[in-house]
Amino acid sequence: MRHVISALVQNQPGVLAQVAGMFAARGFNIDSLVVGRTENPDLSRMTIVAVGDDRVLEQVRKQLAKVIPVVKVRDFSGLSYVERDLMLVKIGAPAEKRPELAQLVELFRGSVVDVARATMTVQLSGTEDKLEAFIDLVRPYGIVELARTGTIAMQRGQQKHTREKNDSDE
Amino acid sequence: MPRKTPGKNTQKPKASAAKPAARGKRTLSLAHCSGAEVFHRMLQDEGVEVMFGYPGGVLLPIFDEIYQSPIRFILTRHEQGAAHMADGYARSTGRVGVCLATSGPGATNLVTGLATANMDSIPLVAITGQVRTSLIGNDAFQEADVSGLTRPITKHNFLVKDVKDLARVLREAFHIARTGRPGPVVVDIPVDVTVNRLDGEPSLAMNLPGYKPLLTGHMPQIRAAAEAINASQRPVLYVGGGVILANACDALRRIVAKGRLPVTTTLLAMGAVDESDALSLQMLGMHGTVAANRAVQNCDCLVAIGARFDDRVTGKVATFAPHAKVIHVDVDPASIAKNVPVDIPVVGDAADILGKLLPLIRTVDRSPWLAQVAEWKKKFPLRYAAQGKIKPQEMIAAIGAATDHNAIISTGVGQHQMWTAQFYGWRRPRQIITSGGLGTMGFGVPAAIGAKIGNPKSTVIDIDGDGSFSMTMVEIITAVHNDVGAKFVVLDNEYLGMVRQWQELFYGKRYSHVVHRCPDLAAVARGFGAQAATVSERTEIAGAIDEMLACDGPFVLHAKVDPEENVFPMVPAGKSLDEMELGELGTLA
Repeated sequence: MRHVISALVQNQPGVLAQVAGMFAARGFNIDSLVVGRTENPDLSRMTIVAVGDDRVLEQVRKQLAKVIPVVKVRDFSGLSYVERDLMLVKIGAPAEKRPELAQLVELFRGSVVDVARATMTVQLSGTEDKLEAFIDLVRPYGIVELARTGTIAMQRGQQKHTREKNDSDE
Repeated sequence: MPRKTPGKNTQKPKASAAKPAARGKRTLSLAHCSGAEVFHRMLQDEGVEVMFGYPGGVLLPIFDEIYQSPIRFILTRHEQGAAHMADGYARSTGRVGVCLATSGPGATNLVTGLATANMDSIPLVAITGQVRTSLIGNDAFQEADVSGLTRPITKHNFLVKDVKDLARVLREAFHIARTGRPGPVVVDIPVDVTVNRLDGEPSLAMNLPGYKPLLTGHMPQIRAAAEAINASQRPVLYVGGGVILANACDALRRIVAKGRLPVTTTLLAMGAVDESDALSLQMLGMHGTVAANRAVQNCDCLVAIGARFDDRVTGKVATFAPHAKVIHVDVDPASIAKNVPVDIPVVGDAADILGKLLPLIRTVDRSPWLAQVAEWKKKFPLRYAAQGKIKPQEMIAAIGAATDHNAIISTGVGQHQMWTAQFYGWRRPRQIITSGGLGTMGFGVPAAIGAKIGNPKSTVIDIDGDGSFSMTMVEIITAVHNDVGAKFVVLDNEYLGMVRQWQELFYGKRYSHVVHRCPDLAAVARGFGAQAATVSERTEIAGAIDEMLACDGPFVLHAKVDPEENVFPMVPAGKSLDEMELGELGTLA
């Protein structure tokens, strides 16, 4: 099962290496790992997408919580949350193909951020599924280059947090 | 070498260590101190009485500062020795061990010792020198990425880039090392940070928002555990090193006595219960007793306390304790349900939890189970045949008897380590000093020296193999030069015995590169300045052990033992605990 895990970490050198190293050393597979600043300058947020059975994911959560600069861990699975991935994709787009591509972009609520003689660069955000669907549809035009941020996520408002660090007598 | 009286060295730091609340109450002013002074004062403030280490270029400001320090400094012959000595000191005293090494190769030489301590959750603080901050990343002379190297094998590590952070980081390092599930912490200090001066008082407030080890057990979980134990017909306690680390053996023994609960311990927890107690099943696992392994396989309630279901304990996990409801008490939530599903987890400090469990445990009549366990013990005792050449087991048993089973014993890794666990006869906690998780050969010699320094009045003996001893025997020079009267017994079977045993049993007796000839170790020891003796006949054993124990200084006893003796019982790797083999001891029936 796919899990989206969010970890608040102290904003200090080496934390990313420590978390990434822990995943590698324990043989956990991660689909994506995103780090960015938060409203608090002392804390960063890591969003990790990992796939595994419940027992593996329980270990992932616990091992993550054990990393000393990790302040809080939350697994969004089973919770109501919003997730977004952002993508830039440069698509082969000679003049005659641009209208239909533009239509497609509009349908996906993306935006065209660059147009050149032979290519068009599209910015698109959404769930991983949505991005995958778009990639599928534009593949026939030729994808020149593609970059994605990886998933970030947030629980929907007014709900109780669960599975915080040290909340282990489950 | 000036002789230092251990008593003099221990007094002042012990007083401050006894009152941890006094730590941090600032009697010390650090304003305008250099980094090296901050380091020295913080270590004194933490109650450090001894450091083990080796100097080097980037540590010169620190070594200048600790010149004539009240903190005892033990100059080792190799940084690995320093780490293991700090480890042996920590295991035997329950205090944080401190070691010190220079940048680059000094730090990389610590790595084995740090990994050893990490696997066994031993509190260490390792200080490493680093090249000056402006050179970091430039492949400078003696530069190594110590943070990167030690990250996966320590509880935590720090690189201090500014002198104003140094005091706080050192405080955090000791706090992290000794609390929760203990472990080694590295503090990497660039040389310029040790030279630079503070321009005011630094903050000592710890900044560890993500580090809140859960210490107090959750009462509903403790009640559930007590109910499950009280309701069970065939309970067994499976006790690991966490109980020793938490100083929870008193509570454990009371629970065992009150509930009439059979108890088996892991290698690291030998002595948590007195093995002469009828309820003690001794060690479980690969080389555990028949009684312990059978009890685990047949129990209906397995109470794991401060243990982590290591593969050497469980054998084939799928068939481990198949009928048992599993209760797991551990301070590390990540240890729970890692290898084996757990029915009742209880997170927290073992002393706290066992203390709360004790009044809830009832004395239940389980005569059939206790009779069964007693029968297994009687029918399948640990034994050996004392004939022909000296048996390694009889050396260990003789040492046990001669020391009243009361010495502190370190070991290397291999056959001798298992025999020591089986035959010494453990009576009290913190008696066994052995590398369980990492299985570090060469641990015994330096660990014994560290333990003796921490326990100057106790008899401390390294029971070692010829292979392990050879790896670190150079540290006997350290023992000689620092007047550390640790003893070293080498059970020399002229083989790397455990590997040979596996080659005999599983590789068609193809003894590939395990023949291991030792020089005259007594002569080597005398060359180092220690006293020594050699035994090769049964009749010489008692006299040689007496001579060793009567000697004040370091002593090496080279015992030439039966080369092809094997460790039994044995559960072959990956097999179920039900599939024990007794080898030459007979068959299981």
